[in-house]
Amino acid sequence: MIDISNVHKTFHTGKANQVNAVNGVTLNINTGEFVVIVGANGSGKTTLLDMVAGSVFPNSGSITLNGKDVTKLADYQRSAWIARVFQNPVSGTASELSILDNFRLAAIRTRSKGLSIGINETFKNQVRERISTLGMGLENKIEQPMGTLSGGQRQALTLLMSVMDNCKILLLDEPTAALDPKSAQIVMKTADDLISHYRLTAILITHNLKDAFSYGNRLILMGEGRVLKDLDKTQKSVLKQNDLFDWFG
Amino acid sequence: MDFYLTTLIQGLCLSSIALGIYISMKIFNIPDITTDGSYTLGAVVTAVLLTHHQPVYILLPAVIIGGGVAGAITGFIHTKLKINALLAGILVMTALYSVNLGLMGRSNIPLLNVSSLFTLVNISADPNYNTFWILLIFVGIVTLIIGYLLKTDFGIAMRATGNSESMVRALGVNTDRMKITGLAIANALTALGGYLFSQVQGFTDISMGIGIVIIGLGSVIIAETVINWLQITSVWLSLGLVIIGAIVFQLVVAITLDIGVDPIYLKAVTAIFVLLIVSLPRISLRNSK
Repeated sequence: MIDISNVHKTFHTGKANQVNAVNGVTLNINTGEFVVIVGANGSGKTTLLDMVAGSVFPNSGSITLNGKDVTKLADYQRSAWIARVFQNPVSGTASELSILDNFRLAAIRTRSKGLSIGINETFKNQVRERISTLGMGLENKIEQPMGTLSGGQRQALTLLMSVMDNCKILLLDEPTAALDPKSAQIVMKTADDLISHYRLTAILITHNLKDAFSYGNRLILMGEGRVLKDLDKTQKSVLKQNDLFDWFG
Repeated sequence: MDFYLTTLIQGLCLSSIALGIYISMKIFNIPDITTDGSYTLGAVVTAVLLTHHQPVYILLPAVIIGGGVAGAITGFIHTKLKINALLAGILVMTALYSVNLGLMGRSNIPLLNVSSLFTLVNISADPNYNTFWILLIFVGIVTLIIGYLLKTDFGIAMRATGNSESMVRALGVNTDRMKITGLAIANALTALGGYLFSQVQGFTDISMGIGIVIIGLGSVIIAETVINWLQITSVWLSLGLVIIGAIVFQLVVAITLDIGVDPIYLKAVTAIFVLLIVSLPRISLRNSK
């Protein structure tokens, strides 16, 4: 589903603050795989994810999604395959727009945004129904501005929004980093449920080693812009939580 | 009575600018100063075409396209050349001064004996009331179109662009193109303001646009204060408040003149008034803490 072939990315080339963020990463991620990437700050995780999403372009190498070379496509052109959840809840939702408007935009992620009014009673009911699965009582507040909700609620809604339209790949960039432990747990659980229910191919970046241990069926350790360890499903299943902690020892 | 009617008429003319500023400033979060130039451009196109006896079905699209192109250029400079929005607006505004002067050929064109929008139909025998009713219908139609636009899927994407660009891009919207389109719409509305005002006052002057952006900003800020205060999310109510804001603003200007303030100080009074509206909510918030 996602084929990353020998990608490099250097920021501030030739200047004193030159950073070789990603140094030749090759990864083949199969359909339905849920890949968790861990690594210290500056190991290139986020840059790699941004290159898959299209908000950062690699200096060399190629990225293929579902057999199509997308290396030169911008982020908004890759939305046909990819849905994203950002680290900051503010990045993934529009604060001043109602929950309903946010969902409407997400429901037409892969299509063009035309000059017809798409919000009708059927759509409202569909949104209420989806939101009620969260059990947060938000289904009665769909006209409320997104900005009135907490970070946890917004991240959970962003996750739901990602499957409003046809979605093949879900990118999660530290989705729980800004949340309290309880909200973080709900968001991770929601993500896991959606990924298995919709058979999504997913990449999760996290600093939470417990999450890295509990979720996903492939585990990658990155360091200095390279893949240091790559554990497949069977290897990950025999991994002990303490082994994982030792990686960072 | 005539005094307030004139104020109301001016307010309605300028509400079109206020709607434009509302789109650029509130919806896209872009401080757009092209306004001064595109407002005059609208008035200039109107004067030139009216004195050449062009019909309204040519005049109106010409004004809209003129303003739209001016806004699109600002948008292009801002998004594609990555130049600060304020500077992009100032550049286009400055260039438009020459364009306007070139189109007019002189600094003032009177429009007294030409047929205009306001001689098109006779709703009332009193020319002032006639102007008022035609303006009200015109602004009403413009508001309906903008309101509908903002409620469509395209409109939601537009409103979200100024709010969370990363989200909108992730949802498949080319935000650069969206901003260019938005600034085009905003400046087309501003040009419409010039179209209306030149016909109401009966002339187009090269300097009529100077400081007009402040009037638009002031109107939007009056509306925004109420919108925030009452936590209004409805698109229709917001647009209505923007129009009322434009009228209230003209009312303040008219009252200032009426109580005998020298017109020389009018711009200063306007600036202080805008400052007051912006700062009052903050001052009262600080006191309540």
